[in-house]
Amino acid sequence: MNAPFYKFGLFGMDISLVVAFIIGIGFGFALERGGFGNARILAAQFYFTNMRVLKVMFTAIVTAMLGVFYLSLIGWVDLSLVYVSETYLVPQIVGGLILGFGFIIGGYCPGTSFVSFATGRKDGLVFILGVVFGTFVIGELFPYITDFYYSSAMGKITLPDVFGVSYGMVVFAVVVMALGAFAAAEWGEKVMAKKNAGK
Amino acid sequence: MTILTETLKNEKTAEKTTHIVVEKPYSNPYYTGFGLGLVLLAAFVIMGRGLGASGAISTVTAVTVNAVAPEHAQSNEFFRGYIGDGTTNPLKDWLVFEIIGVLVGGFISGALAGRNKITVEKGPRVSTRTRFIYAFVGGSLMGIGAKIARGCTSGQALTGGALLNVGSWAFMLAVFAGGYAVAYFVRRQWI
Repeated sequence: MNAPFYKFGLFGMDISLVVAFIIGIGFGFALERGGFGNARILAAQFYFTNMRVLKVMFTAIVTAMLGVFYLSLIGWVDLSLVYVSETYLVPQIVGGLILGFGFIIGGYCPGTSFVSFATGRKDGLVFILGVVFGTFVIGELFPYITDFYYSSAMGKITLPDVFGVSYGMVVFAVVVMALGAFAAAEWGEKVMAKKNAGK
Repeated sequence: MTILTETLKNEKTAEKTTHIVVEKPYSNPYYTGFGLGLVLLAAFVIMGRGLGASGAISTVTAVTVNAVAPEHAQSNEFFRGYIGDGTTNPLKDWLVFEIIGVLVGGFISGALAGRNKITVEKGPRVSTRTRFIYAFVGGSLMGIGAKIARGCTSGQALTGGALLNVGSWAFMLAVFAGGYAVAYFVRRQWI
């Protein structure tokens, strides 16, 4: 088996758009199942009352990470052909902070806002309009922040490169970290439920 | 005769039950995460790329700016990047089609669980108007942040996270840090 299929020319651009649509359906379906079309569920993550965001996100990351790792290990997937965006450390941290502010103020991220809109949430639609406006603003400001945007460029770089250990070691560490995070999340939810019940 | 009356009864009870919308609880987060992970893995294996969301909004925004003020859009490196060289329609984009799928998938899942309804998600202590203002401001920040970071929770945190990308992990930690830093000040909106 030679994967990624698209990169090996198994199908062309038009079929890739059909694939995009089908994968999108799975993506939207999973997000809605998890409760991510609901801003109150997403916001609860930041008040420690419902840690679904962390649980779903880390389970998804671990699943895909292990899947692609083992498939590359047995030679079915050429990991070097799976697109990884280049790292620009400082802009990505600054962008992440701004995005985090927007997350708790607005209640969604771009992907989840589409699910909330699709399931009838009006605040989701307003949020999408906000993202469009923000994208327009940053587009207009782009000529003035170009230097910052391209600063601290590190190229294509993965955690194994930084720590100087094998890919499998980092995979293992992420799994252990995720299990720890799940245990902490379950414990935190119980503590918060007790605290709120005592009010 | 007996059969006929029975079907009538069934129809009547069926009619009654359709008026009661049973909203099912959300799925187990670990199973959901596993399902989401398989979708992401499918994208890796079939396409050699991950999921995304903000990129689709960037394309639509750039196309809109180009339609209103073509010269202005072409003179801007950011918008030009999403419009392309004119040989292909910029809306024939992988993420645009993926997001159309997200809308359909979200709707199907919501419909199956009886969770689709026209409503506004907010805490009990704020008005709908206040919620809309927060949603718009939050969305705007999200649009700005996602561009500077080169992606959002889907394209960076999920996709890059699973591929052990350094920038994506730094981004993910920053998102949680940013959220927790501001949560206290906007708590009225949610709790």
